[in-house]
Amino acid sequence: MTDRLILGIESSCDETGVGIVRLGPDGAVELLADEVASSVEEHARFGGVVPEVASRAHLEAMLPTMRRALDGAGVELADVHSIAVTAGPGLAGALLVGVSAAKAYAAALGKPLYGVNHLAGHVAADTLQHGPLPKRCLAMLVSGGHTQLLLVEGLAHSITEVGSTVDDAAGEAYDKVARLLDLPYPGGPPIDRMAARGDRCAIAFPRGLTGPRDNTYDFSFSGLKTAVARWVERCERAGEEVPVADVAASFQEAVADVLTSKAIRAAKDLRVDTLVISGGVAANSRLSGLAAERCAEAGIELRVPRPRLCTDNGAMIAAIGAHLVAAGREPSPLDLSTVPGLPVGTVQIV
Amino acid sequence: MFHLDADVKSSRFRHAVPLTTVLVLALDTATPAVTAGVVDLTPDSPPRLLAQRVTLDAKAHGELLTPHLLRALAEAGRSLADVDAIVVGAGPGPFTGLRVGLATAGALGQALDRPAYPVPTPDAIALDAHSGVPLLVATDARRREVYWAAYDAAGHRTGGPHVERPADLAEKLSSLGLAAAAGEGARIYADVLGLAGLGVTLLDAAHPTPVGLVRAAAREVLARAEPAPLTPLYLRRPDAVEPAARKRVTRA
Ligand SMILES: [Zn+2]
Repeated sequence: MTDRLILGIESSCDETGVGIVRLGPDGAVELLADEVASSVEEHARFGGVVPEVASRAHLEAMLPTMRRALDGAGVELADVHSIAVTAGPGLAGALLVGVSAAKAYAAALGKPLYGVNHLAGHVAADTLQHGPLPKRCLAMLVSGGHTQLLLVEGLAHSITEVGSTVDDAAGEAYDKVARLLDLPYPGGPPIDRMAARGDRCAIAFPRGLTGPRDNTYDFSFSGLKTAVARWVERCERAGEEVPVADVAASFQEAVADVLTSKAIRAAKDLRVDTLVISGGVAANSRLSGLAAERCAEAGIELRVPRPRLCTDNGAMIAAIGAHLVAAGREPSPLDLSTVPGLPVGTVQIV
Repeated sequence: MFHLDADVKSSRFRHAVPLTTVLVLALDTATPAVTAGVVDLTPDSPPRLLAQRVTLDAKAHGELLTPHLLRALAEAGRSLADVDAIVVGAGPGPFTGLRVGLATAGALGQALDRPAYPVPTPDAIALDAHSGVPLLVATDARRREVYWAAYDAAGHRTGGPHVERPADLAEKLSSLGLAAAAGEGARIYADVLGLAGLGVTLLDAAHPTPVGLVRAAAREVLARAEPAPLTPLYLRRPDAVEPAARKRVTRA
């Protein structure tokens, strides 16, 4: 069999993504184009993603982003073998723009459509940089929307949730703490930069759900956020200047510590020797640094895709689409629905 | 019948033969109707409906629009490759559904290399209504409001589209001098609008039809004009509030 081009369309949150990958006859997946239009700046003054603002931006960006991806890969729509699109989880109105466009592309080209799971896409993104995954691995997804530990036994076959956040996503905690410290939205990069100048041992912030009776693999960040808020308010009441760098570093340490210790624990318990970390927060320097340290100690191979592949994009959707095509999966029907709460175990909507 | 303006910009679409019979795909998702139809358009006669699929389901636009258009084409014995132009209702309408039609039309146009023309949805309803008298078109904007526009006896828009509470529109109605009303919003709020008291006749046209949509864009389609951008007529700003000063978690 010859090469097959898989187109991926992503619109679950605030990034409109179109990616194109080449699926080789041996199952190898190669990235050809990865174009993203972000509406993040339009959300900044609201301190979080505004669904209607995101949906409007998706509609405006869809066709130009598609054009750029095709031009970047040097291909035409007629060359495409299959189309993959994020069907969930995500914002209902945002998902609908990408899925509507994807159905129309599939109908116009007479090509198969795959409605896929965004979270599976995050894991698949790593295969674009580091090649095929081992038969079993653990994936940790950390972003503004998700914080999950997943047991992956074949991308097209079985993805099982091992643990997840019971309240805020890790990236959400970053956004909220950034606001407490008068740092810009989104909070990840400015806190990371500020933390580099601070002492991560300065303040002992709580590690959520690490007690002996807590669920070993679940996360909680709302208590940590409240603890930071209390600490900042105590400073202000006492008329002291808030040591922003120390607070940022200590907060970041609490997040990285709890994420990596639970991931390592799960990897050991499940006897897997590979950990993939993906999602927007994977780019955080302390998280990846601490993960590298602890994985090395535990003899676990750590795979973290480059930041561009970690954040939401169309390439990761093309990648999971390619794995489904390679596995010989039937396409999704053209009346497929978007599923804002799609569980991670459903890799494809059929 | 369709006069070609000299100022109509020539088109970048080279594929179809100019000014004979044009096969038009018409789509609209600005009302609870999921509408797809296949229409023949010729310069000297009214548009002719070949086939259509319409479902009244305000929550199913995303699921049904593409299957509907494929079934309508199949019933007409045509395929997407035969389509010369696409016409799509640009609203106003509830946002989430409205975007389905525009995203679909845009992607079809891009993939097929065919022009996709947006038309205001009430314009199509006005043309469907064939009122011959000054006309109000009102559709359901939810949140107890209507989207509305006014038309003269020839079907040219003279006001709107706007979004407004029916009671506020009612106060303006007598000064608009309208004799008929169409659209689902006019039917739902006929009493609040006081249509009977004003002597305004309620017409059947509730949702845009494929023929009405094509009529609204016929001149541009036949001229192969460069389409306007596929911009939805939202009329409302997104609901979003900027956060106030951060709230304290400790008691002061
Ligand atoms: Zn994501």
